[in-house]
Amino acid sequence: MTIDEIKIGGMGASRRRVEDNRFIRGRGNYIDDVALPGMLHMEILRSPLAHARIRSIDVSKAWEIPGVRLVLTGDMMATRNLAWMPTLSYDTQAVLATDKVRFQGQEVAAVIADDPYIAKDACEAIMVDYEPLPAIVNPMQAMADGAPLIRDDKENQPDNKVFDWDVGDREATDRAFAEADVVSKLELHYPRSHPSPLEPCGSIADFDRSTGKLTVYMTTQAPHIIRAAVALVAELPEHMIRIISPDLGGGFGNKVPVYPGYVISILASILTERPVKWIEDKTGNLISTGFGRDVYLQGQMALRKDGRILGVRMHTISDHGAFFSDAQPSKFKIGLMHSAFACYDIPSAHLTATGMYTNKAPGGVAYRCSFRVTEAMFFQERMVQAAADDLGMDQAEFRRVNFVRDDDFPHRTAFGFLTDSGQYGKCLDVGLEAIGYEQFLKDQEEARKKGRLLGIGISTMTEPLGAGNSREYDILGIKMFDSAELRVHMTGKAILRTGAKTQGQGHETTWAQIVAHELGIPADDIVVEEGDTDTAPFGMGTYASRSTPVAGAAVAMVARKIRAKARKIAAHLLEVSEEDIEWELGRFYVRSQPDRGVTIQDCSMAAYSNVPDGMEPGLENTAYYDPPNLTWPFACYIATVEVDPETGVWDVLRMVAVDDCGVRINPMIVEGQIMGGLTEAYAMASMQFITFDADGNCVGSNYMDYLLPTAWETPGFELHEVVTPCPHHPIGAKGIGECATVGGPAAFVNAVMDAVKHLGVRNVDMPLLPDRVHQAVTTGNDVSGMPPVRTDAP
Amino acid sequence: MTSLYEEVSVTPVDVPVRRVTITVNGERRAADIEPRLLLAHLLRQGFGLTGTHTGCDTTNCGACTVLFDGRPVKSCTMLAVQADGHSVETVEGLASASELHPVQEGFKEEHGLQCGYCTPGMMMAAKALLEENPDPSEDEIRWALSGNLCRCTGYQNIVKAVMWAADKMRASAG
Repeated sequence: MTIDEIKIGGMGASRRRVEDNRFIRGRGNYIDDVALPGMLHMEILRSPLAHARIRSIDVSKAWEIPGVRLVLTGDMMATRNLAWMPTLSYDTQAVLATDKVRFQGQEVAAVIADDPYIAKDACEAIMVDYEPLPAIVNPMQAMADGAPLIRDDKENQPDNKVFDWDVGDREATDRAFAEADVVSKLELHYPRSHPSPLEPCGSIADFDRSTGKLTVYMTTQAPHIIRAAVALVAELPEHMIRIISPDLGGGFGNKVPVYPGYVISILASILTERPVKWIEDKTGNLISTGFGRDVYLQGQMALRKDGRILGVRMHTISDHGAFFSDAQPSKFKIGLMHSAFACYDIPSAHLTATGMYTNKAPGGVAYRCSFRVTEAMFFQERMVQAAADDLGMDQAEFRRVNFVRDDDFPHRTAFGFLTDSGQYGKCLDVGLEAIGYEQFLKDQEEARKKGRLLGIGISTMTEPLGAGNSREYDILGIKMFDSAELRVHMTGKAILRTGAKTQGQGHETTWAQIVAHELGIPADDIVVEEGDTDTAPFGMGTYASRSTPVAGAAVAMVARKIRAKARKIAAHLLEVSEEDIEWELGRFYVRSQPDRGVTIQDCSMAAYSNVPDGMEPGLENTAYYDPPNLTWPFACYIATVEVDPETGVWDVLRMVAVDDCGVRINPMIVEGQIMGGLTEAYAMASMQFITFDADGNCVGSNYMDYLLPTAWETPGFELHEVVTPCPHHPIGAKGIGECATVGGPAAFVNAVMDAVKHLGVRNVDMPLLPDRVHQAVTTGNDVSGMPPVRTDAP
Repeated sequence: MTSLYEEVSVTPVDVPVRRVTITVNGERRAADIEPRLLLAHLLRQGFGLTGTHTGCDTTNCGACTVLFDGRPVKSCTMLAVQADGHSVETVEGLASASELHPVQEGFKEEHGLQCGYCTPGMMMAAKALLEENPDPSEDEIRWALSGNLCRCTGYQNIVKAVMWAADKMRASAG
C-alpha cells in the first residue's frame, strides 16, 4: 500500500495548476475587480515636466465639477505629515509634490470622485504653475561641476550623489593586475527598463471609523512589509491595519515598493470615511513606478596567457532617479552586484560603485532579478567573452578553464559570497552538445565566406537567490526570513498559509506538493492561501526568487513539525513507544510489524478526537525559516543568431537553456518560469528599454513606444536540465524564477557580437536595435551610446 | 477631523445618458450609459463581467479582447454605444455549465498561463482563430495572437495550448 508520490501530486509531479481553475473562467480577483459598497475613485495628476519649481496649484475648477468629493495637494498632505514618506533604502520620497517636481510623471495632486471618469475630468481642471528648471537625465550630467541640485529638500546633500560604495580587496586586485600578461577592458550600459506587469498598480483603502480598522487591498508582492511601512508612515497601530494582496497580474519586482498612490488613497479614505479605489493607468505605471537597471558598467580583467583569470575590477555608475527607493537589502548599496563572477575561480576582485540622483522616476527595483544580479551577470558574461577574444581562446574553453570545479565546494568567491554546489562543466557540456557547438563553428565559417553573418553566444552563471540569511539581509531592519502555517483538519484535509505572495509562480499548486511530499496528504486535499496580513504568518514576500528558497523551505519545515506530532499520536494509536514507529509516505507503522500502521489521516482524526494524555489537541503549527545561505542555481544559455548586414536585423536561430535549480518541485512550472525569463532576456537584448530626451521626457510611456515582444517575435526555446540539489535547503531546491532573465541577455548579445566581431566590433549596447547593429556592421565601430564616462575609473 | 472632508462637494451628478442594448454571452442586456463610456468598462462595472481585463488603455496589450459579432476586438478602445444592437462574447461565455471550452482546457493542460491577466483576452483571440482555421500551424497561431501581450509565459506554452484545443476540437468534430 505504498503511496505513489506522483499520483498524489507530490514532488516531481507536473501537477496542473489549481489557480488556473479560476483564471481560465475569468474568475480571478485582481485589484480592479474588487468593488466595495460606497466606493469612491481616485485619479492622480502627474507632472508634465522633469524638473520644475511649483509656483502655485489652483484646484478651484476641479472642485466645481459635480461628483468630486475631495481634492488633495502636497500642502494638504503636509498638514497630516504625509507629503513625504520614507523609501525602502533609507531615503525620502515625495507623496505629493510641495516644493518642486523632480521627474516627469511625479504625483502633484489627487482627485477623489464618484466615478473614475469624473476624477480624470477634475484632474484636467487643476491648474499648476511651474517654473521649469534644467533637467538631468544621466548620472554623468548629475556629477558634472555646477549641475543643478535635485534634492535641495535634504539637509547635508550638497551634490547629486546618492552613495559611494566599494567591496572586495583593492590591494590584492592591484597585485593581480601587476602580474597580468593581458588586461581586457569593457565598458557598457545596461539600459533602463521597466518590469511592466500587464496589470498596473492600484489600491482600495477602506478605513472604518467605528472599529478604527484600515483595510487596504493593494497590488503588493510583500504585504507584511507594506503593513509595517503603513504603520510607520501613517502612524496607525499595526494591529489595526490589514493589507490584502489579491490576485496579481504580474509583479516582476514592480509591485514591491510603497507608491504614493497607495498612501494618498489611504488618507483619502480616512478623510472621506468611504472606500477609495486608485487604479493606475499604463502610462502612470511606466513613467512613475519602479524601473530596473540603468547602470553604466566599466571593468577590467587581469589574465594569464594560459587563460586563467587573475583578478577583476569593476566600477558601476547607477542612475537612481529622483529618490533612492531601490528595494534591496540595506547593507548593499548596489544590490548584489558583487555576485558577479561567482561561478569562476578568481583570486581577487574589487568593485567600486557610485549612485547618482537624476530627474527620472525612482525605483531601481529588482526587475525579475535578485537585486542588481542581472546587471552583474550580464557584465560578467560580456567581459568573459571579450577576454576570451583578447586571448584568442575559444569562448567555451575559456569558461571551462576558469569554472569553480565540482569538488571545490563550498567555495568562497573573490567578493566574499559562499557558493555551495554545482556542476558547471557538466551544464556547459549539455548545452554545447544540444546546440551542436563544433558543427555550428564550421557552419559559421562556411556562411561567412558567402557573406552571411552567423554567431553563437554563451552565457554561464551562478546567481544568489533567496535572501536571507537574516545575519546579512534585511529590508529597513526587518530580517529576511519567511514563514508557513499549516492546519491539518480532522479529516486529513489541510490549509497552508505562507508569508510569500504568488504573482503567477503557482504557489497554490507547488506549496501543496511540498506538503504532499512531507506528509503524504494528496495535494488536492490542501488549500493554499497567501496575501492577507490578518491571516498569513509574517513574511517578507515574493521577489528576488526567494519564495522556494525561503518560504518553500518553511513549508517543508512546518510539515515536518506536523509529522513529528503525528508520530506521537501514531505511537498512542498503535500502543507502542515512539521509538518503534517507522514512517513511509502518508503512513506510520510498527517497525517489527509493517502491516500494523496508521495513516496520516488516522492521526489527524485522533488529534481532535483521541489525543494521548498530556498532549495538546489539534494538528497545526507554524515554522519560521531563516536560511543558512542563499541558494546558487547555475545556468548555461546558448543562442545562435543570424545578422542581416543589409538591415541590421538579427534573428534567433536557436536558444538552448540548461538550468540547474536543484530539485524541481513541479517541472512544468519550473519550465514555465524559465521560458518566461528567456523571453524577458530576449526582450532586453532586442527591443525593451525606457529612455529619455534631453528635457527629461520619458520616451516609452506607453506600449506604442515601449516595445515588448509578442508571440510573433519571441523565439522558441529548447530546455535541458542538470540537477545538483542545494545542500542546505530542506528539499534540495534552489530559486529559478529569474535565472533566465539574469543570464539570458548576454547569450543573445554575445551571439550577435560573435557574428560581427571579425568586422572589428566589440560592443553594441542593448537593446540591439537594427539601426545600432547596422551602424556597427557598416562602420566596424562599437555602438555603445554611452555619455562620456569618468576617465579615472576604475 | 480636519476641515478637508467638510469641503466635499455633494452636487448631484447630472449627465446625459443613452440606452444601449447588447447581446452579451447570448443574453440581451440593456444599460443607460454615458456616451463616452468604454465597452470594457460597461462589461466590467456595468455588467459585472470582470474577466475582461484592461491592461494598457492603448489597444496594444489585448487583455481586454472580446468577440464582437464573432470577431476579436479590443474593448478598451471601443465605445460601449458602438456595441448597441450587436453581440459581445466574453471569457465568461466560454464555458457551459458543465463543460470547459477546449481552449480553456488547453491553457490549463499546457500551462499556457501564469499570472492569468492576459489569459481571457488570449483565449478569446484563440477561439476566433480556431473558428476560422481549425488546423493552424505554429506560425499562424503566433501571428493570430500577436495583438495580445503576455509578460509571464514566453508564449511557447500558449502556442501549445491553442494546438491542444485545435486537436480536441477537430477530434470532437469527427
